[in-house]
Amino acid sequence: MLDPTPPDPRAGQTPLLQTIGLTKRYGSFLANDSIDIEIWPQEIHALLGENGAGKSTLVKTIYGLIQPSEGEMLWQGEKMVLSGPHDARARGIGMVFQHFSLFDNLTVAENVALGLDGKESFKDMSARLEEVSHVYGLPLDPKREVWQLSVGERQRIEIVRVLMQNPKFLILDEPTAVLTPQEADQLFIVLDRLKSEGRSILYISHKLDEVKRLCDTATILRGGKKISTCIPHEETAASLARMMVGADIQQVKARAGRQTTVPRLVVNDLNLDPDDPHGVHLRGISLELKGGEILGIAGVAGNGQDELFAALSGERPAQDPGTIVIDGHAAGHLSITNRRKLGAAFVPEERLGHGTAPRMRLSENALLTGHAASGMVQHGFINTAATLSTVDRATKAFDVRKAKRDPEAASLSGGNLQKFIVGREILRNPVVLVVSQPTWGVDAGAAAVIRQALLDLAAEGCAILVTSQDLDELAEIADRIAVMFHGRLSEPLATADASREKLGLLMGGSSLTPKEPHDAVGA
Amino acid sequence: MQLVLEKRAERSTTIALVSPLIAIGLTIVTMSILFLALGKNPISALAVYFITPLTDSYSLQEIAVKAAPLVMIAIGLSMCYLANVWNIGAEGQFLVGAVAGSWIAVKTQGTDAGVWVLPAMLLMGAVAGALYALIPAICKVRFGASEILVSLMLVYVAELFLDYLVRGPWRDPAGFNFPTTAEFDPVATVPLIVEGGRLHLGVVITLIVVASAAVLLGRTIKGFEIRVVGAAPRAARFGGFRSNRLILLTFAISGALAGLAGIIEVAGPIGHLQPGISPGYGFTAIIVAFLGRLNPVGILIAGLFLALTFIGGEQAQIAMKIPLDMTKVFQGILLFYVLACDSLILYRIKLILPQRKAADGTA
Repeated sequence: MLDPTPPDPRAGQTPLLQTIGLTKRYGSFLANDSIDIEIWPQEIHALLGENGAGKSTLVKTIYGLIQPSEGEMLWQGEKMVLSGPHDARARGIGMVFQHFSLFDNLTVAENVALGLDGKESFKDMSARLEEVSHVYGLPLDPKREVWQLSVGERQRIEIVRVLMQNPKFLILDEPTAVLTPQEADQLFIVLDRLKSEGRSILYISHKLDEVKRLCDTATILRGGKKISTCIPHEETAASLARMMVGADIQQVKARAGRQTTVPRLVVNDLNLDPDDPHGVHLRGISLELKGGEILGIAGVAGNGQDELFAALSGERPAQDPGTIVIDGHAAGHLSITNRRKLGAAFVPEERLGHGTAPRMRLSENALLTGHAASGMVQHGFINTAATLSTVDRATKAFDVRKAKRDPEAASLSGGNLQKFIVGREILRNPVVLVVSQPTWGVDAGAAAVIRQALLDLAAEGCAILVTSQDLDELAEIADRIAVMFHGRLSEPLATADASREKLGLLMGGSSLTPKEPHDAVGA
Repeated sequence: MQLVLEKRAERSTTIALVSPLIAIGLTIVTMSILFLALGKNPISALAVYFITPLTDSYSLQEIAVKAAPLVMIAIGLSMCYLANVWNIGAEGQFLVGAVAGSWIAVKTQGTDAGVWVLPAMLLMGAVAGALYALIPAICKVRFGASEILVSLMLVYVAELFLDYLVRGPWRDPAGFNFPTTAEFDPVATVPLIVEGGRLHLGVVITLIVVASAAVLLGRTIKGFEIRVVGAAPRAARFGGFRSNRLILLTFAISGALAGLAGIIEVAGPIGHLQPGISPGYGFTAIIVAFLGRLNPVGILIAGLFLALTFIGGEQAQIAMKIPLDMTKVFQGILLFYVLACDSLILYRIKLILPQRKAADGTA
């Protein structure tokens, strides 16, 4: 592998892609503010930044999805104006999106065919697909339907689809967000190989260890501006983080002397069939969570976490009351409102549209989950003073930044809205809190506030169940970690014992104990 | 040069208030062009439509009387629309309410039944309207049938049923074979507020309904439930609100109000049951509901405005020989503009001038 080359040896070369003063304006908001970036041939270039730093806007501009307001792009030294992604693809720019665009009911080959120009026959294309996937170590069966595939396999389709266009330059948007640690390692081998073939890669991430391992160069964005371009090997994770956030991130501290008390949340052999034909069946889920304890649930997205949240919250009640016990009361059959009355609180993954009604005010969104159990409703009438006071208290306790006292939920940034949602639930003094992806897409400052709030809440005796795909987050706050795979939940491991390797194996469906080989769940 | 819709960070409350006025303005411009095409002077046509009815007491009262059923129906419809379910069949519920209430009037005709008759008729009308509206609601909740189609088709069932009754069993024997019941007895008639005027008790009931709806939607948890189920169904489920029960409730409320409006119309201004008791109130109320921004006070204002077009349309026919159908054209155009202008609440229009990139667009 080449050492990261200082700029001098490149003196005679032209960059593969260069942006000069690239600016994108939305009204008065600058999503990208005069960004200069150079991508050299045969380089893996990281684009680092928090949510809202302007990473997506920049790559969408480079891929022709967005027209820049100002500035220009040079491709191999020549001016490039893209009228759309087809223009970018024609030049050899390919992009793998974070959110897949695949049709569940079509086969792998059919999905790939839809993205190509259709000049070759379906048979030839299928053959080439198999070849490309084989050569790069991304095995795929062209005849399988997408809904049968794991998230990692679906990502392979997206990557192979791009590779079949033989690109010179690949953009990958947070590709490891949905992968197990082992799958991520395999992906890095593929990326190294693509680089050795002379291709360049722009790698978007906020995982610093990955970037340090994989990338030759890193450009850091913050608030739409380029902060610096550096060589990640020469930086520490802390120095990179400081550039991303613009300040030192406060460390989360567990309160000393946390004690566990009585079981607050017990799940006994929960089985639940999904509403949706492609949903996940929950199979034999059991767990016991004591007051003062935080249980983390890891797993690749789509392995039943959403279904488990719906079952625990009561959005989908179970038949048998005994399957879920909240603070000593059988609650399996109860509605979400009645579970809240028992002292449970819930924070779903989706902030807008699930956790809040986007176009309603914060006070109304406080009422959304507070109407059953606090003094917000009297004789059917809304006590506006009480709902507003919840907004004020959450604002104060969790530093929610907003333009006015009671704005619409959708006008808050992701981090501030999440702080409001978590705060709204914590202010109800729950005995059980079920929270899904507490810091998903939230800036580092807000994430630290939220994690600290969860630790403090546990210290006061609340039992907390956290579902997250971020293993670092779970390691930071959970006492025990269990893994969800195909609708089953593994035995929890004490966080100290839960190495990335062990968790990764469980996330991929392997069993830690050799006696029980995992069943091949294909359908 | 390009026109672009740009999303606003928050919905604009100013535009929410102004957009119906913009829509009315655009409608008036369009109407003027149509008047010109008909060979009429648009200025005097518009004056007959919108100014003349406001100049005498009789027309003013008539506007209130016409507005009452529109407003009452639209209040009910707004509950459905806020909850994001689509009752299009208020016309049918109006007719069924009128028929059911009239049943008591017909059966007590000529007897010495007391003052209970009118309250019983009003109650009967409301209950029948609610039950009739529950048919599409139950079909939707149980079988997933489109409430739009079912409620709309039931309008024609109600129309024909009314037609059958007044041509058959309920026909006034002394009515020279006209398809109508006998005039209702005084105890079965909605009283006038001022003797010799046009305003009747129904107008007062409508104002009570408007006030109650404003309190329900703005101040109570049930009103919040209606709004949140419509605005964000998944968040509503998370909040513990069950949408199926709410579909039934909002349909029942809107059916009851349409039925009540129907029996008031029959027992009030008309005085007997006959075909054609509604000049499309149930459909026009849809426009009223949207023009009024699904807000009770807005609906009251919008109802008065639409009533003005009915009265103005009649006067324009008499004074200028403008076909009465122009009123319907007018209302259709108005709804179109109202819905279009609603985009401005969440978006702003931006003009993008040609940039230099157009010059090297061929690169």
